[in-house]
Amino acid sequence: MQAQLESLLQAASAELDTLTTPDALREWELKFTGKSGALTKIMRGVGALPSDERAAFGKRANEVKTALIEAYVAREASIKALALARDLEEGQIDVTLPGRPATIGGLHPSTQTLRRYREIWAEMGFQVYRSREVEDDDTNFTLLNMPPHHPARDMQDTFYTTTPNVILRTHTSPGQIRSMRELGADGTQPVRVILPGMCYRFEQITARSEVQFHQVEGIAVGRNIRMTDLKGTITEFARRMYGDGAQIRFRASYFPFTEPSIEIDVECFLCGGRGCRICKYAGWLEIAGAGMMHPSVLRNGGYDPAIWSGFAFGMGPERVTMLLHEIGDIRYFWSNDTRFLEQF
Amino acid sequence: MLVPISWLKDFIDITIPPELLAEKLTLAGLEVAKIHYVGVAQTAVEGIRLPPSDHLVWNRDKLVLGAIHEVRPHPNADRLIIAMVDHGASELEATVTGAPNLFAYRGLGVLPSPLWTAFAREGAEVWDGHSAIRQRMILKEKPLRGIPNRCMVCSAYELGIDDDADGIILLHENPGFPPGTPLQDVFGDVILEIEFTPNLARAISIYGVAREAAAILDVPLKPPSFALTASGAPIAGAVQIDIREPEYNPRFTLALLRGCTIAPSPEWMQRRLRAVGQRPINNIVDVTNYVNFEIGQPLHAFDYDKLAARAGGSTPTIITRFPEPGERLRTLDEVDRALDAHNILVTDTVGALSIGGIIGGADTEIDAGTTNVMLEAASWNNINIRRSMSSQKVFTDASYRFSRGVHPSQAILGVQRGISLMHQTGGGEIASGILDSYPRPAPVVTVDLHTDEIARILGVTIPAGEAAAMLKRAGFTVRQSGNTLKVTAPDTRMDIDTDPVTGQADLIEEIGRIYGYDRLPTTMIADAMPPQHPNPALEIEETTRDLLVGLGFRENIAYRLTTPAREAALVPPGAESPLIGQAHVMLANFMTEDKTVMRRTLLAHLLETAAANARHSARQAVFEIGAVYLPVAGAALPDEPRRLALLLTGTRDQAHWSGGHAVAATDARAVFDFYDLKGAVEGLIAGLHIGSAHYTRAQHSSFHPGRSAALVIGERTIGVFGELHPLIAERFGMSEAPVLMAEFDLDLLISANKLRDFPVRALPQTPPVLQDMALIVPDTVTTEQVEAVIRQTGGAIVKAVRLFDVYTGEPIAAGSKSLAFALTYQTDERTLSDKDVAPIHAAIARACATQLGATLRG
Repeated sequence: MQAQLESLLQAASAELDTLTTPDALREWELKFTGKSGALTKIMRGVGALPSDERAAFGKRANEVKTALIEAYVAREASIKALALARDLEEGQIDVTLPGRPATIGGLHPSTQTLRRYREIWAEMGFQVYRSREVEDDDTNFTLLNMPPHHPARDMQDTFYTTTPNVILRTHTSPGQIRSMRELGADGTQPVRVILPGMCYRFEQITARSEVQFHQVEGIAVGRNIRMTDLKGTITEFARRMYGDGAQIRFRASYFPFTEPSIEIDVECFLCGGRGCRICKYAGWLEIAGAGMMHPSVLRNGGYDPAIWSGFAFGMGPERVTMLLHEIGDIRYFWSNDTRFLEQF
Repeated sequence: MLVPISWLKDFIDITIPPELLAEKLTLAGLEVAKIHYVGVAQTAVEGIRLPPSDHLVWNRDKLVLGAIHEVRPHPNADRLIIAMVDHGASELEATVTGAPNLFAYRGLGVLPSPLWTAFAREGAEVWDGHSAIRQRMILKEKPLRGIPNRCMVCSAYELGIDDDADGIILLHENPGFPPGTPLQDVFGDVILEIEFTPNLARAISIYGVAREAAAILDVPLKPPSFALTASGAPIAGAVQIDIREPEYNPRFTLALLRGCTIAPSPEWMQRRLRAVGQRPINNIVDVTNYVNFEIGQPLHAFDYDKLAARAGGSTPTIITRFPEPGERLRTLDEVDRALDAHNILVTDTVGALSIGGIIGGADTEIDAGTTNVMLEAASWNNINIRRSMSSQKVFTDASYRFSRGVHPSQAILGVQRGISLMHQTGGGEIASGILDSYPRPAPVVTVDLHTDEIARILGVTIPAGEAAAMLKRAGFTVRQSGNTLKVTAPDTRMDIDTDPVTGQADLIEEIGRIYGYDRLPTTMIADAMPPQHPNPALEIEETTRDLLVGLGFRENIAYRLTTPAREAALVPPGAESPLIGQAHVMLANFMTEDKTVMRRTLLAHLLETAAANARHSARQAVFEIGAVYLPVAGAALPDEPRRLALLLTGTRDQAHWSGGHAVAATDARAVFDFYDLKGAVEGLIAGLHIGSAHYTRAQHSSFHPGRSAALVIGERTIGVFGELHPLIAERFGMSEAPVLMAEFDLDLLISANKLRDFPVRALPQTPPVLQDMALIVPDTVTTEQVEAVIRQTGGAIVKAVRLFDVYTGEPIAAGSKSLAFALTYQTDERTLSDKDVAPIHAAIARACATQLGATLRG
């Protein structure tokens, strides 16, 4: 019996050393140390031994069992380590194969730019006032210092509706009048709002011009609003929109509803002002029209222009989006071609 | 307008490079859109970037002024001749040419006075006149039909002055330089292309630009000569003026030149007219154009004899008036025009002669036989001119200026300058005196401006003396007393308002322009922040966009202009629909036939776009949020409520190499169906924290009647969604897979949101008991009904009811279906056991049996 025990230890240990897979380990366990394995069988034979030998045999049998279990555990660990090593070494996949597509949606590029504008202006205390797109002629033109047949009306080709004096707004500026009248408490409260929205012009649709486009206009009306504030405010906007170093310049211009009127250029953010195709080698990109609100406009908004003053500015999100992404055709915006939209 | 620097120099000294002048003009509001170079090089100026220009720069040694003294025949070729040219060298250069405009001089021997031309010496670079494409060439020595030849006489094309030119440059008058002078010094020029905003009416001329430049550069302005030598018989008695509408024609002046000769204009004048884009015609007509471009006062010349003939022996009378009913006029452009009531006319006692300020009539125009010229310079109401231009659809250089406003003071200057130049170029004798009828003198505008007001608007303190100096530079008369300036506008300007506050703003703008906006410092608004007006509707609208993006939808923004037909196409033939028969906001003027009204639904464009995208995209999930425009009876302006539309179509999953969900658009299991859209709607409802949404069958003819639903929140129907009616899908070429669409009233939808204050449930303290229940119910029983019975019967202990299987077919009898629910029983009061749940579960099954005819599936 003792000899059987020793040869079992020998045989089992030797066999264990040859094993390389978890399956073989399980078979080995059944064969040697399991409930009906060889060791159990030998240990069951203890009854047949003389009683004075039983203790010694039992002790030895337990030693053998412990030894085999320890060896098994060690072997199991080394097989696992081996398998892991092999997997790490051999389990390579083609990481260049495309991943499973996730379904994600996306915002229209104009919405993205409008949001950026809104966020920046909100941080600077300008909140959104929305106003209607189908407007009356008075609010779109006359109250903005453009009476009928005023030459400045040539600057804005207009869609007229079949209802007399009702038009599609040509700019977001009628929102100046509406917001002052609604929020200004009869010219007693300051107002600071932006007026984002869709505008319409009676134009041929080409790569450069569209019948509809967004504008983001803003006004600040107060008792002490100066042109230097306009410059400071726009500089701050440009810094947030185009980066810390953004340089701007003011050029004299003309809008009937502001005086003085200016156009605002930002140093070309594509070439850093060195001159490129996009900025037409000027080094500057026009980003806004602006100015001090015209006395008549303030008056039409309910304010006394001798006491109150204000500035106004207007920007075009599609134009900026086109510049930033070098989009050569404005018609992409409302065509909603998935191949365009998916790039945003 | 094209503004040659060479012409500007008549009125101001320019010592800075043209590029710098252009920059300064641009910053002061006269936007130089382009700089054209004629033969001279670009000047690099520190801090100014310019587009590269590929114009030809004339080599100063090789392109020079030449004088042709003789034109000899070519011994071996009929189509060539030899010009003997003095180009400053010791001998005349025999130059072979085929220039057609030289043949007239062939064989005449030495010419009495030379012909002046542009001469290219060997090695000169010019544009290749014989090449079909625009390319440069270097002049090389090459015998032409046996005659040695190394030089060339050049055409305007070869020099890059003009796009096409027959023949060489040929002047009969000495342009003022000796032969051999570098051509750059003779014809070289820089031309500024300036775009004028409507407020700059005063500047739409060379002198006008010079006046602005003088103010900006702070240099003296040299006016043109308005002097005239009138030696002839007086004009009085030859013609008289009768202004009937002084408001529309405040001033009318006439001068008379007798005995002149119609001929081509002098070459210097022709060159200048060409440089500003005008075609020279004859000396009289050219002067009217020249003065218009020079000082901005349009002129009109009449053949006086034709007027006299019409008067039939009595003194011709010029009457300005509105048309008689039915009156017509045949204008210079040979159009016989019906006149509108507001088209002010220049007439005589017989009838209309011209439309005032816009276009002349054919009957009294200058022709080759004219000898007596009557010259008109008038002033017209600019708004009325604008109306007439648009009603008659005539746009002339005169009407362009008059419609923007020409000050009446300019009329007298224009007529003096014009008649004097006509005399200079056409000879004859100027009649003594000028007829000047000025019934409505323009008011002299004087505005008081305090320096505090300048600071209030501009934000910088400008001392009174400095402000006064700037205004004087711009032509204003200023009387200073302390810090108040009494400012009188010059008689070139009509844009200074008589309203005190507006007038001050007008002056402050002038000061700002001249001071330079770039010199203004930046400040932050010193005022306190005004009351804030948040816009919750917009915020929730943006949240809705984000939710939809999270649900896999891509945003569209479509044209809001559409056609009634496009919207009616969403309705099957003969069906009723809110989409047809409704009034639209309709355009009175439309650019194209496909954009005639403002939309009443988002669905039409969304569907049309999807159909276009289906050509290249197998899968589409898109949404649009935007207004529709609904006319309101009795109101001028429409309602503009906001809508949300969704569209799903095509394959549910995107194709992928791993197969798995390999899909084909024809596989019904693989394409979007009603429940995909409903899942998105439910996701949106959950995202907006709307508690009480439910779904009922929809009645909307654009949708499949069995596979569409109305979204109802509380008592209000928010909109409809589901599978597009197959006939409509077919109409849009979208039959391959179902098209799922939704249109909701966004304002109603988001008004139900609980985003700000939705309640959060406490986490359960006890484990749940999960039990399934499969029920066989008649087909007519809806899931919503079953769920209601389960919840009603089970009470609060039923925490969740989730449908996990729907089955029809064997062994379920026809007309019935199996609905399998997973029920979650849970209460915070204690831990439930199966034994606790069993009686409730059984009660639910019984209730379903009695109330809905359900049987438990075995």
